[in-house]
Amino acid sequence: MDLIANLGLGFETAFTFHNVLYCFVGVLLGTLVGVLPGIGPTGTVAILLPITFTFEPVTALIMLAGIYYGAQYGGSTSAILINLPGESSSAVTAIDGHQMARQGRAGPALVTAALGSFFAGSVATLLLAVAAPPLTRVALQFGSAEYFSLIVLGLIASIALAHGSIVKALAMIVLGLLLSMVGQDLFSGTPRFTFGFFELYNGINFVSVAVGVFGVAEILRNLENEATRTLLVKKVENLWLTREDFRRIVNPILRATGLGSALGILPGGGHVLASFASYSLEKRLARNPREFGKGAIEGVAGPEAANNAAAQTSFIPLMTLGIPAHPVMALIIGAFIIHGITPGPKVISDEPALFWGVIASMWIGNVLLVILNLPLVGMWVKLLTIPYRMLFPAIVGFACIGTYSIGLNAFDIYAIAVLGLLGYVLVRMDCEPAPLLLGFVLGPLLEEHLRRALIISRGDPMTFIERPISAALLAVAAIAIVLSLLPAIRKKRDEVFVEED
Amino acid sequence: MVAPRSLKNLVSGLIFVGLGLAFGYASLGYQVGTALRMGPGYFPLLLSGLLVLLGVVILIQAIAMEADEAKMERVPWSGLALIMGALVFFGATVRGLGLVPALFVATFMSAFASSRTGLFGALAIAAVLVLICVAIFIWGLGMPLRTFGPWLGF
Repeated sequence: MDLIANLGLGFETAFTFHNVLYCFVGVLLGTLVGVLPGIGPTGTVAILLPITFTFEPVTALIMLAGIYYGAQYGGSTSAILINLPGESSSAVTAIDGHQMARQGRAGPALVTAALGSFFAGSVATLLLAVAAPPLTRVALQFGSAEYFSLIVLGLIASIALAHGSIVKALAMIVLGLLLSMVGQDLFSGTPRFTFGFFELYNGINFVSVAVGVFGVAEILRNLENEATRTLLVKKVENLWLTREDFRRIVNPILRATGLGSALGILPGGGHVLASFASYSLEKRLARNPREFGKGAIEGVAGPEAANNAAAQTSFIPLMTLGIPAHPVMALIIGAFIIHGITPGPKVISDEPALFWGVIASMWIGNVLLVILNLPLVGMWVKLLTIPYRMLFPAIVGFACIGTYSIGLNAFDIYAIAVLGLLGYVLVRMDCEPAPLLLGFVLGPLLEEHLRRALIISRGDPMTFIERPISAALLAVAAIAIVLSLLPAIRKKRDEVFVEED
Repeated sequence: MVAPRSLKNLVSGLIFVGLGLAFGYASLGYQVGTALRMGPGYFPLLLSGLLVLLGVVILIQAIAMEADEAKMERVPWSGLALIMGALVFFGATVRGLGLVPALFVATFMSAFASSRTGLFGALAIAAVLVLICVAIFIWGLGMPLRTFGPWLGF
């Protein structure tokens, strides 16, 4: 069978000493930033991206992917122990997980989170391996018109699921697209919006954008109100589950794996939605729903499994279509491009070792994560005692070195400052930075496909509606935007996200 | 004239309209072309128009919507200035002074940005961070960055 041969190739690639090592580094860093509130996976990937430029492409991607799903694991640890989710998708875990910790059941809560994540991660990775090849075959039929519509859908879907004002999110996307126009025009070579700065001819460095709007803006946001966090549990004991606990978590984990895998494919924060959806599903199905919010183990098992399943399946649109479902994916696309690989359906046939190697590494990474998170949980608890005031200077330092080392260009550092300031002002005005980054990464592709599609159709914009696949994609995008503007849905959506804040 | 009730919408709307107009004005300087033969100005002009439109919608919401729920947090002005200063200082001096002095000053300034870190604390944090960074980036990853630059006579 093809799948087995392909996975064989993948494991052959992933199991080299070098790749296992960097997979380990990736999940270790991911857990670290997941545990520590105040820095998330997007900022970390942005800062570490330049370091990976010297690696082999497959090693770089294995490590970056590891940071992403590792952060999902780590986020649950701080959610359970200090009620401060390190990652937005762990916010739900905090509800019941922290209650369990207060009742002295931190150990079982952590085990449940780790086992649920491990099971869901493994199953979802298998799903990714099975679903990716047929999807790429469809994607290979795509012309420029289809790609244009697909990118529009991706951008729209990313905001339909986000919380906050839809109009502001749309404006952030458009601003991201405009910022990506800076630099030489692809077709004519005309420099655009460079204001005479020679450094801008190649465009604004996307690492600067990511570090600015995610890293620096976040630091400034945290400086507004410097709260100290209190560690409730100094020592975690009893890292095992009773037979009764085990019986209670099996079904929630199975349901959440399915739910998370399906929602993860949706662009834009699918993993956050997945954990909220799983929580409300379990609450509805529970024999004793009143227990939820007071330390129900199902309320830890479900959301944790769901967000990990979604974290894995969100690689499906990235690997098959080259469309990012999450800001981290947008950065991974940047990594592909810098390594000279155009992300999209051709990756699987042109670079099979890379494609299957990254997938295989996810299993290795998931195993490493269980080892890292259970026996070593004491170490993470200690790390939580590092105060933020010591962490953020390190973030600034790493960001400076990382960004500077890409092109030894001081201009990229100034760009961080400017974009960080812009990002901070906009975040203060309740405009989310994720759509801006997605727009920035997808902007050049969007323009290229728009122009190419219109050249092919001799300037007739009807081409986007006359071609069936393109029309269907645009229709879905239009439905998504109309639905999210409907008052009834808006209310529901606010309810889903209200607990996150 | 109705007074705007949502300050957040008012400010963000003005930012979007302003940036949209600025980009739009700049786009007019490039060849716009037709839908068939798009010039470099066509797509940016389209986007600028869209951004202005969205900004106006947000401004309308600022007047029509209910007031902001939460009071805004105070802006950490000194922290903001210190972090921005740290980035600019690093960019301006990393070539001339070299990595170690530039990074030391940058991390010192950022550490000092926290209201809870004193002068000596910030110096200590900066010293430790410089050591960690040199160990990781220069010794570990072998990045081709000068540790001390020509301005210091190296």
